[in-house]
Amino acid sequence: MASSTERSPPPFPDTEDQDVLDSEEVGGRDSDDDDGEELFMSASNTPLTKQDTPASPDSQASDLMDDLSAEPPSSQTEKSAASSSPEEFVDLTNNLESAESKVEAEISSPEPSDDFFDILGSETQKVEVEASVKADSGEVSSGVTDLPGGKTGSEQGTSSAAPIINLNADFSDNNQQPSRVENKTNDPLAQVLSDTPAADPKKPSSAVLDLFEDDGSDIFTGTPQTKPASQPQKGLFGEPDEDLFGEPLGAMSKKTTENEVKSSTTKAAGPASSTGGAQQDRKSTEPADIFTEEAVTTVPRTSNTSTVNSKANGVHSEEDLFTEATVELSLDSPRSGRKKEETSKPSASSSSSSLSAPAKQAKQPPAALEELEDEEEAEKEDQFDVFISVKDPEKVGDGMNAYMAYKVSTETSLPMFRNKLMTVRRRFSDFLGLYEKLSEKHGPNGLIVPPPPEKSILGMTKVKVGKEDSSSADFLERRRGALERYLQRVVNHPMLLQDPDVREFLEKEELPRAVSTQALSGAGFLKMINKATDAVNKMTIKMNESDAWFEEKLQEVESADQHFRKLHALVESLVVHRKELSLNTANFAKSAAMLGSAEDNTALSRALSQLAEVEDKIEQLHQDQAANDTFSFAELIADYIRLLGAVRGSFDHRIKAWQRWQDGQAMLQKKRETEAKLLWANKPDKLQQAKDEIVEWEAKVTQFERDFERVSATVRKEVIRFEKQRTNNFRRQITKYLESLLQSQQQLIKYWEAFLPEAKAIA
Amino acid sequence: MMEEVKGASSFLSVQVHNIKVTEVLQDGDSLTFIIVSQKMSGTGEFHVDRTYEDFEWLQQHLFSQEDVPGIQGVIFPPLPARLQVNASSKTLRHLGFLGLGEWQPYCKALETFLRQVAAHSILSKNRAVEIFLTSSDPPGRQKVKKNIFNRLSQAVEEMRKEGHKDVDDFFQTKRDHNFLLTGYTKMAAEKFLDVVLTEQKIAVACGHFSTALHLCMEQGENPEKQDFSQVCVKLSEVFNSIKKSMTSTAMNDMNTLGLGLDLETRYQEAEKEMLFRRTCKLVELQNATKNAEKAKPVKKAVMEEAKKATETEFRQICEVAKKEIIQLESKHVETLQQALVQWCEKQLLTAKESAEVYSQHLQTFKRMQ
Repeated sequence: MASSTERSPPPFPDTEDQDVLDSEEVGGRDSDDDDGEELFMSASNTPLTKQDTPASPDSQASDLMDDLSAEPPSSQTEKSAASSSPEEFVDLTNNLESAESKVEAEISSPEPSDDFFDILGSETQKVEVEASVKADSGEVSSGVTDLPGGKTGSEQGTSSAAPIINLNADFSDNNQQPSRVENKTNDPLAQVLSDTPAADPKKPSSAVLDLFEDDGSDIFTGTPQTKPASQPQKGLFGEPDEDLFGEPLGAMSKKTTENEVKSSTTKAAGPASSTGGAQQDRKSTEPADIFTEEAVTTVPRTSNTSTVNSKANGVHSEEDLFTEATVELSLDSPRSGRKKEETSKPSASSSSSSLSAPAKQAKQPPAALEELEDEEEAEKEDQFDVFISVKDPEKVGDGMNAYMAYKVSTETSLPMFRNKLMTVRRRFSDFLGLYEKLSEKHGPNGLIVPPPPEKSILGMTKVKVGKEDSSSADFLERRRGALERYLQRVVNHPMLLQDPDVREFLEKEELPRAVSTQALSGAGFLKMINKATDAVNKMTIKMNESDAWFEEKLQEVESADQHFRKLHALVESLVVHRKELSLNTANFAKSAAMLGSAEDNTALSRALSQLAEVEDKIEQLHQDQAANDTFSFAELIADYIRLLGAVRGSFDHRIKAWQRWQDGQAMLQKKRETEAKLLWANKPDKLQQAKDEIVEWEAKVTQFERDFERVSATVRKEVIRFEKQRTNNFRRQITKYLESLLQSQQQLIKYWEAFLPEAKAIA
Repeated sequence: MMEEVKGASSFLSVQVHNIKVTEVLQDGDSLTFIIVSQKMSGTGEFHVDRTYEDFEWLQQHLFSQEDVPGIQGVIFPPLPARLQVNASSKTLRHLGFLGLGEWQPYCKALETFLRQVAAHSILSKNRAVEIFLTSSDPPGRQKVKKNIFNRLSQAVEEMRKEGHKDVDDFFQTKRDHNFLLTGYTKMAAEKFLDVVLTEQKIAVACGHFSTALHLCMEQGENPEKQDFSQVCVKLSEVFNSIKKSMTSTAMNDMNTLGLGLDLETRYQEAEKEMLFRRTCKLVELQNATKNAEKAKPVKKAVMEEAKKATETEFRQICEVAKKEIIQLESKHVETLQQALVQWCEKQLLTAKESAEVYSQHLQTFKRMQ
């Protein structure tokens, strides 16, 4: 039932819930109650079911009233409001609200209902008719729901029973909340209806109407049985449930095991065993999960009814559908998921008591505010009080064994560091060693570990040989800057900053010598990245990318990489020209000076030597400009080419996680087949072993899937963080660049202004 | 100034300072220049089209005016080297500043040449100049005869006579000075050309970068993407401004100091040629004097006659040359001063404009943050 109510809200909440849940699970999956509260909107009914299944009808009725009238989310969890209708109602409303707010946020339309009607299109009218029909029946009932009668009625094999219940819920709500605008009431209905025909194309809509009339009254008159929200639905659906609900659950969910067990039991026991189902449900360790699964299934249900769901197919079709539905959502990040979570709290509390329009409207500003706050938070997140400077490159040793050592100074006020100011000496390979450690530890989790500059054999050899020319000085300065930015990026990352290795690198006087950084040297490093990319490409083809967001991002990253490489080449050539200009200006200055010395006319001679001086100064300007171009853009872009490589690396890790999951699933399938064979062959002794193995593999698959989800979420978060930082970084850099450009231009003006009277004085 | 010009060009029916080379017409490999000049009366203009060959003919014709006393002492206004269509970069390089741009500098140089000729007190008297500027039919296109000023023969002779000790201290100093200045001016022009070429390269590089930045734009509703795209677009604009600034800097360089140095170089060369001609005459005179002294009484009269003639010629040349040199020197200072002042002013203007644009860009970026 929950699923049917939530069929209406567009996929936004679902996906986000998933994200949220994923992260929740990572954190602590045992704290379900907390989850329930936090994710009140999504998980509200599950904790409830858990809490109080066998409540008396009377108390329920009153509870229900209580619930509907005014109920903070926390109290609701503890209360015996286990009757399905309020839960659903709350559920529905919350979801609705969230959906509406989402839609509003996305389309920024002040009238969410309009949007829904738009979506509905031609069905709007029907909806209205039905709304009125329902209103009648709804008035008769006093908010009590769910009954065996209702179930029997729906045994006629209609999935549209779900809408009925929803409608009941809506209307009970409507009764309780007379203030609610009619439009709004229509919305859920409209959504439900718009979905229903799609889900059951075979079913004539008139039948739906009939069902509503008949069952609706039945439902209302019948005695309320205490059942968790999801249970009645299962019971009601009977056979359809299998297709619509059970399969998607199994396919989509994290909790494959429980769900399958559940669905099979439900199937076998039929409507009568709904209590058993409830117990099963209660047994399930992750109510939140189940809920999400249910929520998720609502989206793809449409096609699931029509497609035959083999296990494997289910995964793909489901995921594909899911992604299709979430295409719009691709902008929504884990971050926004988190935001959602936060917004859902106030919304839950406000909406559980009333669904009135004012309440809804009131909800918008806080949401917007929160978004802002969130942004700020994100900003702050990136601005840890750690400032790294890498200074004084110094050649240690002689000949080919020489290496460069740098002074790494850290300035911080964070308590996690022992001192406010720390200075250590690190050699280049130490930097590489740090990267290796970090990428080994955090890479598989999907973090984008900032890469250090590559080893440069050519550059270093020059330094080693001791050629003190401008190019080696340039090389050292570039590298120094790159190392500084690299470390700064590392400490700016909230998770990497916590890493003991990072702290050790910054604090400890002596580091164990980093070994086997050779592989990372220069071209080898790049090659490695390229290889990884190729591998990613190949895997992507195999993977049949389940998430359009990632697919899109990967393409974006690739094209950004190409563009950045091109930009880099262009900037480098620009820098070459700038240097050339500086050189040529110097030459011209020299010859102007000579011309001046050869000139007979004193005034002209003077002017020419003045000119030579001006040109000398301008030469310096050009030189600074070349350096400015180099460090503002060439190096920045080079950094980002490296970073994009790291981003691709994180995609790679995600796909690896996916691969593991798929392999696990394949293995599980094999084990199942073995079990089936054993069952067929009637070998009970081996059967137990096979079953154990299945359980073991099921757990593994669950783990793998969770890993994958987690990595996906992290990668998502990281990529968004990366993009945000990229924009900020560029903006900052460009501002700096422009400042210096302006300054040099002003300097130039000064020079010319000083020269002009000299030129005019010639006569 | 009007009076001065009128006085100087009383032999011409056109206003000297209004002679313009307005256009270049390209027909296959040949280029035709349109010369427009205002009539002295102030009513109407002459429009004539001349090829480079016509210019060359005029130059040669002026060289070979044997009836004008002291013609060899004249510093002939230098004609720029031939401009070739589809010239290789090497020949373009030979042209220096005149090879840059879309022939405007070259037209400018031709224009300067014509004005100098028309303004020249001796040369403007020649009928050919008038015909060249006004007649629709080009004068004497058929006969381009090589004369004593053939550069090749000069180069051979130069080796022998260059170092010839002068009898006149004035000319000796001038020769030494000219030798020095020619070298330095040429070098300065070359170096400055390098600067301009590099500036053009930078402008092009900035343009490429600006274009490439547009490709970095990412489509999408995502505010992050839009932000980044905006940054890219703005940066692209910044680089476009840098490009414009560079282009106009290069243009300023080219049109002011560049052309000035180029003209200077060619004038130094022309002066050198004139001095060389004089030196040749000097050598001739000295030989004649020697011959006259050594000559037997029978031939003495003839030799004496020849010596006298040469002496007169030499004296005339020296007279003209002295005037020309002094005139050239003041012109030289004037040219350079003008070039420097114009250059400085233009650069100042460009720098100020650029600074303005940059500060606008800076404001934009600061607002974005």
